[in-house]
Amino acid sequence: MAKSNFVIRMGGESGEGIVTIGEVFVRIAAYSGLEVFTFRTFPAEIMGGHVMYQARIGRERVLSQGDEMHVLVAMNQEGFENHIKDLIPGGCLVYDSDVFTPPESSRYRPYAVPVTDLSKQINFSRGKNLIMVGALGQLFGLPLDKSEQMVERRLGKYQSLLPLNLESLRLGRDYVREHYPERPPFYLEPPESPTEERLVMTGNQATALGALAAGCRFYSGYPITPATSIMEFLAHELPQFGGTLIQAEDEIAAITMAIGASFGGAKAMTATSGPGLALMIEAIGHASMTETPVVIVDVQRAGPSTGMPTKTAQGDLFMALYASNDEAPRFVIAPDSVEDCFYQMVNAFNLAERYQVPVIVLTDQAMSERVETIRPIDWKGITVIDRLVPELEDGFGGDGYRRYALTEDGISAMALPGMRGGHYVAEGLEHNEIGAPNYSPEMHRAMTEKRHRKVESARRELRDWSVVHEWGDPGAEIGIIGWGSTKGTVREAIARAMNEGIRVGAIFPEMLLPMPDVEIRAFLANKRIIIVPELNYRGMFGDVIAHRYNVKVRHVTKYDGLPFQVRNIYNAIAEAADDLVSGVLGCWSPCGGRESPSKEQYIDQGQGTADVLLMRAGGDS
Amino acid sequence: MITLAADEQLNVRDLKSDVKPIWCPGCGDFGVLNSTMKVIVDLHLDPASVAVVSGIGCSGRFPAFLNAYGFHGVHGRALPLATGLKAARPDLTVFVVGGDGDAFSIGGGHLSHAARRNIDITYVVMDNEIYGLTKGQPSATSPSDILELSTRGDSKGNRKGMMGLLNTHRAEDALNPLAMVLAYNASFVARGFSGRPKELAELIRAGAEHRGFSFIQVMSPCVTFYNTYSHLRDTMTDLPADHDPADKFKALALALDSSAMYTGIFFQEQRPTFDERVDAMRRQPSENYMDQVLDRFMP
Repeated sequence: MAKSNFVIRMGGESGEGIVTIGEVFVRIAAYSGLEVFTFRTFPAEIMGGHVMYQARIGRERVLSQGDEMHVLVAMNQEGFENHIKDLIPGGCLVYDSDVFTPPESSRYRPYAVPVTDLSKQINFSRGKNLIMVGALGQLFGLPLDKSEQMVERRLGKYQSLLPLNLESLRLGRDYVREHYPERPPFYLEPPESPTEERLVMTGNQATALGALAAGCRFYSGYPITPATSIMEFLAHELPQFGGTLIQAEDEIAAITMAIGASFGGAKAMTATSGPGLALMIEAIGHASMTETPVVIVDVQRAGPSTGMPTKTAQGDLFMALYASNDEAPRFVIAPDSVEDCFYQMVNAFNLAERYQVPVIVLTDQAMSERVETIRPIDWKGITVIDRLVPELEDGFGGDGYRRYALTEDGISAMALPGMRGGHYVAEGLEHNEIGAPNYSPEMHRAMTEKRHRKVESARRELRDWSVVHEWGDPGAEIGIIGWGSTKGTVREAIARAMNEGIRVGAIFPEMLLPMPDVEIRAFLANKRIIIVPELNYRGMFGDVIAHRYNVKVRHVTKYDGLPFQVRNIYNAIAEAADDLVSGVLGCWSPCGGRESPSKEQYIDQGQGTADVLLMRAGGDS
Repeated sequence: MITLAADEQLNVRDLKSDVKPIWCPGCGDFGVLNSTMKVIVDLHLDPASVAVVSGIGCSGRFPAFLNAYGFHGVHGRALPLATGLKAARPDLTVFVVGGDGDAFSIGGGHLSHAARRNIDITYVVMDNEIYGLTKGQPSATSPSDILELSTRGDSKGNRKGMMGLLNTHRAEDALNPLAMVLAYNASFVARGFSGRPKELAELIRAGAEHRGFSFIQVMSPCVTFYNTYSHLRDTMTDLPADHDPADKFKALALALDSSAMYTGIFFQEQRPTFDERVDAMRRQPSENYMDQVLDRFMP
């Protein structure tokens, strides 16, 4: 019987085409109208080392990489040994029988495919990957016509090899049809006629596309795993849009060049990972002080220090929210899916331009590299906001124009070089309204308030920005509040819990600074147990929520470099449900101790009680 | 370069801003400021299309004193700030001003890259061989006996000042900025002296007119902490009249010559600039180019 979705994993030596097999298979599935969600690990070595490519594929939208593995494709002994323990009992093992022979076992169903021999039949050893793809497609129910069309579309530029490539695909299919005519226990059922078009992309690709759609025309960056693919993509595309990309000499130069370009009027960004963001902190304060729009993407990885560049984490939250000498108002956005990376980048540029602030976008390694099917993008329907520029009177003296005018919403018109009568100094020193250095207590207070006022203005306007995802049972007493790429896993865990009759609701703000207080307070108001899942040791977001909204939270943290599994979240929900029944409403501190609760502790104390994030909240009733 | 219309007149007085310089009376930086304003006037530049980018130090205040666009950056980052600006806005005339700390210490890592990119900006380094704003610590261009010199003066009684107490520089030798920048492949390398503003203006003008990265080391004495005016007047000499600025090896030899402190254009060559080469890669996209990009993500 077809499951609603299944997980297939390819394992083997790097360079053996594991990723090629996976990617082609996934594209055929998506082309056949199925939803996909991939997960892969990378070897530490540049050449060689073990590679794993996993895809979860199904008819319904796939939300996470899945806890179980149903099909293992082993291209060599090591691929078998490394992954067989994860295969569910009764799962399928597909392997290259010319390379190795797995031991007999009742735990799995073996499917031997003599890939090397088959390729020799047509004297085309480069077709091995496609032989395996053909075999897998036949076994698990991908239509051959779609497979052939995909190969033609993807490999069509090698016209002379196309007949051999298609032949390889058919060899794999025919071998399986002859030797394994029975359907395996897990198989896919693509829709008869795919109704909706889909796009297939990684988080970093969605991030880069969002930047382009938002009008980004300048990128400067320094190579760093796992952010580099954003730069590689834009290096090709930005010049096609009339834009500029510079590979900077380091991250400090990267952010500074972007700020310089933005001063000149370009919508500018950089992307990096944690170590790079650490180097950019002083310059982010500079952008905040000079009120120069700039977007910084941080593709988080496990750390600290060099840490684990190819593993995921959500540990840069405090750095993004707070890191600065003194206070440097900035916005922080956390997309929560591959598709959301696109739209939150649009928000990031729009917010940066509208409020003239640095905007930090937090994604992570897992989301950046994985492939998801997403809905088509209507880029023409996107609202693009440009910064406010002044009406100027021509002249050399520039009398009358005040770059840093103290306005009600904190936003002052920004002249661009070339505009007569608009010259000013973008001043990193404390300055007066025209931008001249000024250290008076009155001016510093007024300008500090002006810069923070922009955050408060944004907080009021947030409701128009669609930056909160809320779902599940709003009346539930168990609530999950999270951020970033954990959302899909949480969705799945909640669906499972609700299926079993547990009432639970969830909220994921995509805007982390300023926080959408109104929505979060409303969500928290009736909750008795609040679970905050995230991929860091301390439970940073949980701490922010606890302090800002004066509530106790249960931290559910994971810090092994890998994403959550659905069961991690489900178990926390189930335990909370038990505790609700037994009346033990304890909350966990990060070190695991339980405190005895009183009901009031779980209930929002109202407005303005715990404004930890910002000096002066309010005005958002 | 965007210049004023033929009937528009600009003089140095128009360029002076209302912000009064905070520099000590006699500071070498006044000479650099005046020379720069003279160059803008002489080249008939539209000040609205001039941007002056600075870092931190006494020199960092420079942009506030003239009526043009300015960016006062953080310490050491004036070059990348200007690189981003010029790359995004090739139409602007961009001057970068800074001191020896900005150029050779905290921001030293950017100098080689600005030079090799040949970004079309003019970098005027006001080298006073000391940290003035933080009150007299040795810099990367300080001679290793600067503490003795500033305390007791040299054999002629020059170079006295109120040097700070940091004696660690005895263990370090000074950089040779010109030799360094020549090795970095800068396409315009010159040295001037703020005490000779007329010559200095000629150098800055030549640098501004040069297409590519122009590096001008301006000896700009700190009257308070390390007053080198008389010493520099005694030792600075014009480059030999027969020096050919196209001769890089000769330029390097003159830069390394410790017996003399030459002023003038050491080296100049014309080669494509970064902004020109970047601009050549740009395309004007068709209206539906984004659709073509997105189509690549169809399965």
